[in-house]
Formats: sequence, structure tokens, C-alpha cells
Amino acid sequence: MFTFLEKNPFFFTLAFVVAFAVAGVVEILPNFFKSARPIEGLKPYTILETAGRQVYINEGCYNCHSQLIRPFQAEVQRYGAYSLSGEYAYDRPFLWGSRRIGPDLHRVGDVRTTAWHEKHMLDPTSVVPGSIMPAYKHLFKKDADFNTAFAEAYTQKEVFNVPYDKPGGVQLGDMQKAKKLFLEEAKGIVDHMQDPEIKAALKEGRVKEIVALIAYLNSLGQGRIEAPKASAKGQ
Amino acid sequence: MIAFGVIGMLIGVVLAFQLAFPKLNYILGEYGIFGRLRPVHTNGVIYGFTLGGIWASWYYFGQRVLKITYHDYPFLKAVGYLHFWIWILTLILGVVSLLGGITQSKEYAELAWPLDILVVVVWVLWGISMFGSMGVRRENTIYVSLWYYIATYVGIAVLYIFNNLSIPTYLVAHTGSLWHSISMYAGSNDALVQWWWGHNAVAFVFTSGVIGTIYYFLPKESGQPIFSYKLTLFSFWSLMFVYIWAGGHHLIYSTVPDWVQTLSSVFSVILIIPSWGTAINMLLTLRGQWHQLKESPLIKFLVLASTFYMLSTLEGSIQAIRSVNALAHFTDWIIGHVHDGVLGWVGFTLIAAVYHMVPRVFKREIYSGKLMDVQFWLMTLGIVLYFSSMWIAGITQGMMWRDVDQYGNLVYQFVDTVRVLIPYYVIRGFGGSLYLIGFFIFLYNVVMTIQKGRVLEKEPAYATPMGLR
Repeated sequence: MFTFLEKNPFFFTLAFVVAFAVAGVVEILPNFFKSARPIEGLKPYTILETAGRQVYINEGCYNCHSQLIRPFQAEVQRYGAYSLSGEYAYDRPFLWGSRRIGPDLHRVGDVRTTAWHEKHMLDPTSVVPGSIMPAYKHLFKKDADFNTAFAEAYTQKEVFNVPYDKPGGVQLGDMQKAKKLFLEEAKGIVDHMQDPEIKAALKEGRVKEIVALIAYLNSLGQGRIEAPKASAKGQ
Repeated sequence: MIAFGVIGMLIGVVLAFQLAFPKLNYILGEYGIFGRLRPVHTNGVIYGFTLGGIWASWYYFGQRVLKITYHDYPFLKAVGYLHFWIWILTLILGVVSLLGGITQSKEYAELAWPLDILVVVVWVLWGISMFGSMGVRRENTIYVSLWYYIATYVGIAVLYIFNNLSIPTYLVAHTGSLWHSISMYAGSNDALVQWWWGHNAVAFVFTSGVIGTIYYFLPKESGQPIFSYKLTLFSFWSLMFVYIWAGGHHLIYSTVPDWVQTLSSVFSVILIIPSWGTAINMLLTLRGQWHQLKESPLIKFLVLASTFYMLSTLEGSIQAIRSVNALAHFTDWIIGHVHDGVLGWVGFTLIAAVYHMVPRVFKREIYSGKLMDVQFWLMTLGIVLYFSSMWIAGITQGMMWRDVDQYGNLVYQFVDTVRVLIPYYVIRGFGGSLYLIGFFIFLYNVVMTIQKGRVLEKEPAYATPMGLR
């Protein structure tokens, strides 16, 4: 039988595909039918948060920071409640990471403030002596990409049925309305920041990348989950 | 005898080596733009160095084991050229876009969607080349190296495509960046598909691709037949069946279902059997011929590669055991594991492959056997420093993370666990530098062989001739 296969590349390839496919069918398919459902009260990312998430991805933050708290006593004490599958339901792509050169960030929104992040991104050692994280000064200069963030949120809504524009939930609307909400939310962050240039830029209708990134980091943790009661009231 | 296309591919290997360079920044601990450099490093090594070596080997031995020459098949020759140039183009665009921060953030699949399409084109061209060559072959039986190459071809194609399925947001919303796309899968499902790919890129590029390569070059170089045909058959089919199951071991203690984690863990341990089957088959091929180790630096590379393969697969299986994984995951121990595999097994095999091919393609004696020896020892020392420092660093950090005092409070701040690793990072940087210096010697030796090596009358049957300098 094997000699036969070795003389027929076509059947050889076919035999390989069979051997190869078994694991995928057994291990991956079942999970997809129970596709990760959002936990109750989970809100999608706002556009500002989406823009910040894109900054997080583009800068490769996932190379050093995980977003997955494992169910161990030491991790729960250090980072907060362990991660649940349903918390990631709107994460495309997932950002669990594979190495902790820096601490886990899945609940960082509960732990750090806007002012802390601002200082940290300018000069990490000013708040964490001994930190080996690089400073991210360029995030204070560049404008956040509203259009791409809007495109992502819009795609999430249209293609994947992510619940934007539900009463009491995260609003998206058309581009103009979205831009207005984007600026309003940015103001909420900038009010807690020091940098005068960022405040000046916001007055001209420009939002810096650092503002979006902080909005995203603040959303990590319980920030995007409403208490079940509140969500029932909203509907 | 040798088609012109082969030479083009060999230059490809040299270019590919250059693309592996950004890892220097990583090894030397330049964290300035670490987040952006790291994907360039990993992609450079996987798609530039390793695939480059595999493809150079394919264009070299493919014609030999199938008993054809591309002089007779201008179409296949043209496909080879096209394959080479589009691949180079993809690599260059990949480096530029990754440095520009254009990334999907899925590890080893960072390239943005337009580049993914280019990757598919490259892959299709390789398929045409490989299956086309088999279609016109004059040798009835498909040699074992090609089994592994077929596995690499199909395996990567399936995994890569499924992992990269995504929706370009511009096409839906007509605004924003053209490069941006979002994954078809969300959260835990996305993680599952990603590590299916992430782990099995190791399976089908670093493992099956490189096993295919060593299965040609070791017997050729040593003049010895493969130890056991049955063992070859057994380890091939069992590797192909078992490997894929193991992908989920990257997700132990994550939010994917428990039974997936357990299955992955169990199969990862079973994986030791086919892996060691292959490695033992390699080592026993040299039975009665161990004196070749003393005589030929090239054999040394191949034998140590097989040994590192054994070490690395054993280590991988151990790390996939739940309790070990709880400690090792997220630490440098994993980085150590990857690098004893890639530096020792993949790197040494491909270096030996190039040393075997260059004299035959250019009809020249290797410029210096002594330099090969120096290179071998420098690199070996480099790898040893690399993985031993990472083992200690990883286990230290893992232990410090979980350390609690008598009242159950954490003993260390996170930053304490970072500080303690600095000396190990220095040792690793040193080890990596030794490997890199070895690599420069390699490059020098290859270039000198092509330019100054003594001209050979005819192609050597087995052992590669080398100068005494």
C-alpha cells in the first residue's frame, strides 16, 4: 500500500490530507458551533477605543503584554479576576499575546488612571523604576486614525452583527455623528491629561494617538461590562 | 547538468539570510522599537531564511531525485524564476510594511491582507513547480524528502489560508486605511485558529520542511543509506497525524474548552515518538561511519542538527504538560525552546545544505574547511549560551511570579521579575552574537568558495571537497 502511494503523488497528497484533517475536525469544529458568546452586559468598543486598539496593534504591544489572566491564585492577585471566553466576543483579532515581558493588561483599566498612562508613555521609568519599556513619545505627535476606526466598527456592525446603535448601548451612527461622539469621548480623556499641546489639538478637532490608546487601555477590565441590572434597565 | 534556475535560488538563500538580520536587534536587547522589530525578525527567519533554504534545496535536489533537468522544461524553469522574484518582492514589502506598523498582530501571520494574497501566489507557483516536476519525472518512486515537502506544501496552504481569512474594512465601509482588515473569527475562536497556525507553522516549515531537507543531504553527504525504511515510513505518517493535534498546547489554562487543552497536551507528549523516530533514523544512518564526524565539519553540522532536534522536541513535549506549562508559559523558557530548535536544528541543517550545494552548483571546492570548523564551534557555543540562559531566566521568572509569602501575599512586584532577568539577557545577547559571527564566517566562506575555491573537474559523488586552509 505504501509503495503504491510513493509512486503516485496525487494519492499520496490525498492520504496526507486525510491524516492531517482529522485533528482539525475533532478539535476546532465543535468549538465553532458554540462560538464564543459575549458575556452579559458586554459593550462593543467605542470608536475612540477602536482607534486606540489599532494603535496598540500597530505598535506591537502584544509582543510584550498578554491579555489573558490565567486561573491561578498568584495571577488573580496580581492582575485581577481571571479571563472569561465571553469577554473576548468582540475582539477581532484576539490579543492574548505569548510572552510577558511586561505585566498582563487584561484588567489594566481597573488599576491605572489616565494621568498615570500619560506619564508612563512619556517616560516609563518615572512611574515604574527599573522598567525596560521604551518611551512612546511619537504617540503624542501623531493623530489617531478616525476613518480606519470607523471603518472597523462599521464592518463589525454590518458583517458580524456586533450590537452597535442599540438603545442604551454604544452608538455609531453615520460618520458625522461618529466623529462628534469620538471628539466628545476624547475630551473626557484629555481633561485628565497634562500635555497642553494635546489639549490645543483637541480644540482644533484633532485627537492624538496617545488619547485613543489610553481610552482603549481604560476600557480593559470591567470598564466595558455593565452590571446586568443596568443593562436590563437600558433595554 | 544544473539548470540556471538553481543558481537564482541559491542567491535567494543569501538574500534570505540578510533578511534574518533584524533578529540582531532582538538578541542584543535593543528594546527601542521592539514591538515593531520582532515581527520582522520572526517573519524574516520563517519566510526569508527557512523557506529560502527549503526552496533552494527543492530546486537543487528536486531535479536530481526526479531525474529531470529544467533545460528540457522551459516552462518549469520560468515558473522557478517567477516564484523566486515574487517571493523576494513579498519579503521586501513585508519588511517595509511591518516596520511601518502595518500588521494583523497574529503571530507569524502579521502580514496585511494584500501581502497575504501575494503569499498565496508564491505558494501556488511553488505548487506548480513541485507537482509539475513530479508530473514529468523519469524516476518512478517519489523520494522521502519530497513526501515531507508535499506535507509542507499542503499543510501550510490550508493553515495559512484559514488563519488569514479576514474582511478588509475599506471594502465594507469605503473609508480608512486600505491595508486594514479584521479577522473572520473573534476571541477564543480566533485564538484557536491562530495557534493552529502558529504551532503548525513550526510543524510544516521548521519541522517537515527541514526533515525533508536533511533526508536528502545527510545520506548524500555521508555516502550512507538511510538507516531504516520502515522507521522512515512510520515516523512520517505518525508525525503527520499527530502534529496537528498539538496546536492547542499554546492555549493551556486559557479560555478555550478544557478538553481541547487536554487533547493537545496529550498529543504533544505523544509527538515525541515520531520526532525521535526521525532523529534516531538520522543518527543511525551514520552507524559505523562515526569517524566522518572528525573528518568533515559538514557532517558535524548535520549530526548536531539531529541532536538538537531531539533536544528541542523533548523540551517541547515537557513544556506541553499542564503543570510545567503553568510555570513556563509567558516566560523566556519558551523563547529558549524555540531557539534551540531554530538555531540548532533548522539553522544547522540549512547551513549544511548550502555547503553541500555550493561546490556542486559552482563546481568549486569549499574555500576553507578550517573556517567551517571555527564557525561550527562558535555557533554551537552560541546556542548553548542562548538556551541555557533562557531556561534559567524563564524558570526564575515563572517561580517569582507565583511566589507568595506565609500570609498568601505576592512576594514580588512585576518589575522585580524583570530586573532579575537582565544578566540572562546579556548572556543571551552574547550567545546570539556568537551565532551571528558564525553566520558571517559562513557567508564569507560561501562567497570565497564561489570566487576563489579550487575548480573541480567533476561533481563529487558524496563527501563535499574542502580546502585545508
